[in-house]
Amino acid sequence: MRLSALIIRLISLVVTFFGVAVVVFVLVRVAPGDPIAMMIGPGASPQDIADLRALYGLDKSIPLQFLIWLGHVVRGDFGTSISLRESVTEVVFGRLPATLELAFLALAIAVVIGGFMAILAARWRGTATEAGVDLFNGIALSVPDFLWGLTFILLFGVAIPIFDISGRVTPTLELPFVTNFFLIESIVRLRFDLTLDLLGHMLMPAMALALPLAAVISQILKTSLKEVMHQDYALIARTKGFSETYVLLHEALRNAVTPSLTVIGVQFTFLIGGTVIVERLFSYEGLGNLAIDAVINRDLPLIQGIVLLFAVIFVGVNLAVDLCYVALNPKLRHG
Amino acid sequence: MSAPFLKIDRLSVRLRRGGEGRLLRQASIAVAPGEVHGLVGESGAGKSMIGRAIFGILPRAVEVIEGAVRLGGTDLFTLSDRERRRLVGVNAALIPQDPLTALNPSKRIEAQMTDRLTRILGLSAAEAKARALGLLEEVQIREPARVFRSYPHELSGGMRQRVLIASAFAAEPRLIVADEPTTALDVTVQKQILKLIAEMQRRHGTALLFVTHNLGVVAKICQRVSVLYAGKIVEQTDVATLFNAPAHAYTRALMAATPRYDRPEESLAPVRPEVIEALSQEIAQTDNIWAEARLAAAGRRA
Amino acid sequence: MVEPRPLHRRRSIRLWLGAAWIALLFFAAVFAGALSPHDRLAQDLMLQTLPPAWLPGAEPGYYLGTDSLGRDILSRIIYATRPALIVAIVASTAACLFGSLLGLVAGFFGGWADRIISRLVDIWMAFPPVLLSILLVAVLGPALSSVIIAIAVIDWTRFCRVVRAEAMQQRRMDYVDSAKVAGYGTLRIMAREVLPNVLPAIVVLFSLEMGIAVIVEAILSFVNLSISTDDPTWGSMIAEGRGIVHQAWWVLVFPLTCLFLTVLAFSQFGEGLKERFDPVMR
Repeated sequence: MRLSALIIRLISLVVTFFGVAVVVFVLVRVAPGDPIAMMIGPGASPQDIADLRALYGLDKSIPLQFLIWLGHVVRGDFGTSISLRESVTEVVFGRLPATLELAFLALAIAVVIGGFMAILAARWRGTATEAGVDLFNGIALSVPDFLWGLTFILLFGVAIPIFDISGRVTPTLELPFVTNFFLIESIVRLRFDLTLDLLGHMLMPAMALALPLAAVISQILKTSLKEVMHQDYALIARTKGFSETYVLLHEALRNAVTPSLTVIGVQFTFLIGGTVIVERLFSYEGLGNLAIDAVINRDLPLIQGIVLLFAVIFVGVNLAVDLCYVALNPKLRHG
Repeated sequence: MSAPFLKIDRLSVRLRRGGEGRLLRQASIAVAPGEVHGLVGESGAGKSMIGRAIFGILPRAVEVIEGAVRLGGTDLFTLSDRERRRLVGVNAALIPQDPLTALNPSKRIEAQMTDRLTRILGLSAAEAKARALGLLEEVQIREPARVFRSYPHELSGGMRQRVLIASAFAAEPRLIVADEPTTALDVTVQKQILKLIAEMQRRHGTALLFVTHNLGVVAKICQRVSVLYAGKIVEQTDVATLFNAPAHAYTRALMAATPRYDRPEESLAPVRPEVIEALSQEIAQTDNIWAEARLAAAGRRA
Repeated sequence: MVEPRPLHRRRSIRLWLGAAWIALLFFAAVFAGALSPHDRLAQDLMLQTLPPAWLPGAEPGYYLGTDSLGRDILSRIIYATRPALIVAIVASTAACLFGSLLGLVAGFFGGWADRIISRLVDIWMAFPPVLLSILLVAVLGPALSSVIIAIAVIDWTRFCRVVRAEAMQQRRMDYVDSAKVAGYGTLRIMAREVLPNVLPAIVVLFSLEMGIAVIVEAILSFVNLSISTDDPTWGSMIAEGRGIVHQAWWVLVFPLTCLFLTVLAFSQFGEGLKERFDPVMR
């Protein structure tokens, strides 16, 4: 990607953000129900209510409210949560690590499962192995994460109870963490007992999120691998005396991954979107669970902050994919 | 003449689901060390099937029904996959048709030239690198060290073909199969590459099977030649005989179809229908003989 | 020549299996009253969380057991086909009409119309869809109509993108030009020439969208944002089942199975249609 293309890309990102901000703001302001009324008891005087309205800036006109809000957002200030009475920025960034850990664990699982199945199917193409992989792809793709989550709750939480299906960590455990990246910190601190407990809680929601993505990766990578295995350079490698498996892993894989990357990136944003309901399903204390609470409590500043943060993550992932694409493709790197 | 290194014996190949159509009909070819054997025919005659059969990379849709491919006396079809791969990897190399697609776009030339040397031939990384660099010099690449670090897309088509030639000879194989190695190149580069292959072959004393559709090229570099039509070798002789007294009607037709700058009025004559007719009868005959032989063999087994 | 035959048959099987399950759902929805063994709303505190009929402790007549308020699960599942199918049909139709229209306009006219609509799609794609639907229903107030509006507002982009691409391709083809030369107006060309050609793609998407709509409705019910009355939906039954999954797993299993099969049926039906229309597509 050339510099000019990168700049155009960045400008279009800013436009998208602005659009998201407008949509979020309009949506939330249209909502019926007075958030202030919800936060104070029936005994409050009209003066109290007016004071509170002024405090949250709700007494100004809507366009003015938008401009003020946008000005704060640009400076990283998302206002104060009405239900939690804390800075939205702090609340949101306190929960973000939990969601990021879950999403990236799911991504890792999806890449491992999907990659493995794609290689399996490409290595034994045209056999029952490939047919089996196709069947898995078909089912895993058409059933969304919400249903996988419920299925796993029944299978591995109830029928064979080997995993925890609620929360992020066993509540009675003493946690020595200073950041909210529990999983990473437990590894860094070599507290593998905690790592295991965390993984025991995270594995089921992560699997639920990972399965559809794994199917996408498997499907696309398989097609791409099969194509590459017919290329002349793969034939040449076979004439050199290398085995089919060696050719697949050393000659084909890298060339097959690059074209799959864009699709996988888009699908990863879907996975992140899926954390909202899957976190709810597993009572996992992440951003998505917080978002649903915020909607139910009509916590306007919190909703705005969370949705905007999700939008940042979505667009960031797409940008990261573009950069990966450039990094993996020598033609683009040098040309 | 020394014993042939490559010996293909009555090789027949057909499509798995193609009914009775055969891609090769009892083709036999022998190439001795130091010898250049031309394999000529129109596209679709089955030239590349022979090359692929030697390397064991026939398409999945194709199966060998009889015959043998021997390298240095060992029949490849009697070996396990693993043994065959090893034997072929050590003893034979391919110079492909299209240098643009024959190099892996995401790997540097160094990795692509040394992988066989270190992993199949068991050379150390330093030895492999030295040998590969030496070969790059031998194929007259000016800055071998720079080319070594390059990716394929940074090199021209001619350069890439030189790299592939160097890569083939780097393994010091006893047989090289060149599959139309100049067809995809610019006319100006074709001559240089042809000369280079001939020189390298002479210097290394390799057996060379040169697959082409161009009789002019055969005349330049081959000692012996096989003419292939519809999977059947219709004439096999030394080059002088072929050009002075072509025995087969199809060979004569093929010669007439080759452009001749000295006698343009005789150039590019189409193969006459009676020649094709005679050929198909001839082929039907061998197919019958072959079918009878199989019946007889089945009778013996029963 | 020899291969395609069994392959074709396999494709047909998924098409027909999907269609059969969907037909069964419609049958259940229409004749819910006759099919249900009990009143879907009747609570009986003496019959709380009864197990399904084949387990010890079951009460005869309650084939799939009861929930924590003693309501018959089978009857509730049967009645819940109604909101599921209503949402699937109405929301998909709305998303389809809106998205296809914008897609046709963007693809056929190009230029500014295309730029604005494409930018709108980009903005939409930057939202997590589940969160947006929850937000929308919270804004509109929990009701089946809100669920339908939310799904249409979110999923129109699916149709828009596909129809736009298809319309752009069709626009470059000769027959559109010749229609222009023949003096037909743009609207007429769009209606007569372009629409029939993008129709197969729309039909396939529509089938897939119905499955998505069923899931979204279930998710919204799950967070208690769909129907506000006691009337059953699979999502609300699942939510209850999730809460007492360790005590009475059957409260979760049966509605979940229904939802699972329904989603699979719509997607297999859609994929089967896709292969029917265009055998070259995988």
